[in-house]
Amino acid sequence: MIHPIPSGTRDVLPDEMRELRAITRALLEVYEDEGYGELWTPTLEYEEVLRRASGAAEPAYRVFDDHGEVLALRSDMTVPIARVVASRYPTAEPPLRFCYTAHAYRAVGRHRGQTREFLQSGVELVGASAPEGTAEALRVMCRALDATGLRDYRIAVGDASLYPALLRGFELSEEATSRLMSELVSRDFVGLEREARALGLSAADTELLMGVPQLRGGPSVLDAVGGPGAEAVAGLRRVLELLDASVADRIIFDLGLSRGLGYYTGAVFDVLDPSLGTPLGGGGRYDDLLGRFGRPLPAVGFALAVDQLHLALAERDVARTSPDTATGERNA
Amino acid sequence: MPDLTIAVPRGALLGGTLDLLDSIGIDTAPVRANDRRLLFEEVGIVTMRPSDVATYVEAGAADLGITGKDVLREQSYRDVYELLDLGFGTCTMVVASVAGEPDPAVEALRRLGVMRVATKYPRIATEYFERTGRQAEIVEVKGSVELAPLTGMVEAIVDLTATGTTLRENGLVIREELFTATARLIANPVAHRLKAEAIDALLGRLRAR
Repeated sequence: MIHPIPSGTRDVLPDEMRELRAITRALLEVYEDEGYGELWTPTLEYEEVLRRASGAAEPAYRVFDDHGEVLALRSDMTVPIARVVASRYPTAEPPLRFCYTAHAYRAVGRHRGQTREFLQSGVELVGASAPEGTAEALRVMCRALDATGLRDYRIAVGDASLYPALLRGFELSEEATSRLMSELVSRDFVGLEREARALGLSAADTELLMGVPQLRGGPSVLDAVGGPGAEAVAGLRRVLELLDASVADRIIFDLGLSRGLGYYTGAVFDVLDPSLGTPLGGGGRYDDLLGRFGRPLPAVGFALAVDQLHLALAERDVARTSPDTATGERNA
Repeated sequence: MPDLTIAVPRGALLGGTLDLLDSIGIDTAPVRANDRRLLFEEVGIVTMRPSDVATYVEAGAADLGITGKDVLREQSYRDVYELLDLGFGTCTMVVASVAGEPDPAVEALRRLGVMRVATKYPRIATEYFERTGRQAEIVEVKGSVELAPLTGMVEAIVDLTATGTTLRENGLVIREELFTATARLIANPVAHRLKAEAIDALLGRLRAR
């Protein structure tokens, strides 16, 4: 008899479990070697507590417990760890380093092949500001990915504060700013162009607002940004200077990257692999989030989607054994 | 093998799309020569229904795609980047109902407080009637929407029209216009970064036309 399970969830059987374990173990070994302590938090939290982090992915699943309290399944580990830092480490000397392997839960669209429950592996570095903290997170992330055997990945790096800073420089109305930001976040460059042209700025300024978020590539793209965006770009350059060549070579600057209107305040990153159509992880700086839980500290972190990483690694293995037939097979 | 795979819509946008690709030096002869084949790996083209283009591009099965703004609005939840308004394939999204006065949709709203609306664009239609403060029951259909009001199943339709000919021939008139839609170039979020150079080169050729 077949008994259904909810769409977007799955059973993992021993053969695959062994492969997933090998991945999470390799990641964890790197985190621990870098001084990150593994922790565990409840899957269910008070919804009210998760909501302190407005801008985070909405908790999608809520239940009433037998006392009428509203509990929610966490949508990531960053918010629970912010809570842990504020409640369990109220006076500890920063920086604090934590890592985790944990399931998180998100809403899914109908018939879209998305996952409701997914395994994340990641770290949070609390109390280390930019650029050193950001560079450490990038270095640990690349070392961890290397340890799993992933080869061809790249890290897209942008800065969530860059475009807001550009807009502030033009002293736009709040309404115009939010219209432009909403086009940027949905990466609708046609809409962005329309909104930018509607502002009635000089041709050069309009070009700047339209062009900057479309810049991707090596460090030379940073040279294209001046004026009010200069500070954010200088921050990215300082991060780059702290990175070894092995990490720096993986970086593609993406000046339109914002990772949504969430809690990110500075550098943000996406992990990209040519075998997958969606990023297999990401992260960034969230310097205001801890303050909302009562322990204002700058912080940076990343999360890798273990299932996606597993797929990318499987793709690499297929490509290695039969180079002629493997290209794009999973994506086709 | 070309650097980029492009999802090309079959149907009304096909001709304009192939002309456009020809004009920037992408060989579309194999596509023109065979209207049954779907995958043209040798020239980096996959063909599909316009409403599937965003699905394939989001998944990374194609790096780029061309489809109508109507599809992108209906599927606004898809994680694809919209790069360029290609300017062809202009259509209008309209509310239409059976010709004559009073408008049967207005009449239904007046008498029953609700109108029934058939459409292939349930999200666009729902959002539009909510925004304009009218109670509408949306009925999703897959084929010729014009049939729905003629059979009395609904009082109005929301549909895309280029010239209005099909509406007129079926005795329907346009009552409201929602927006105009043109063909757009979209990109997969991963390809947009990993294949930035190839994509920007193609964008440059498109902009220089």
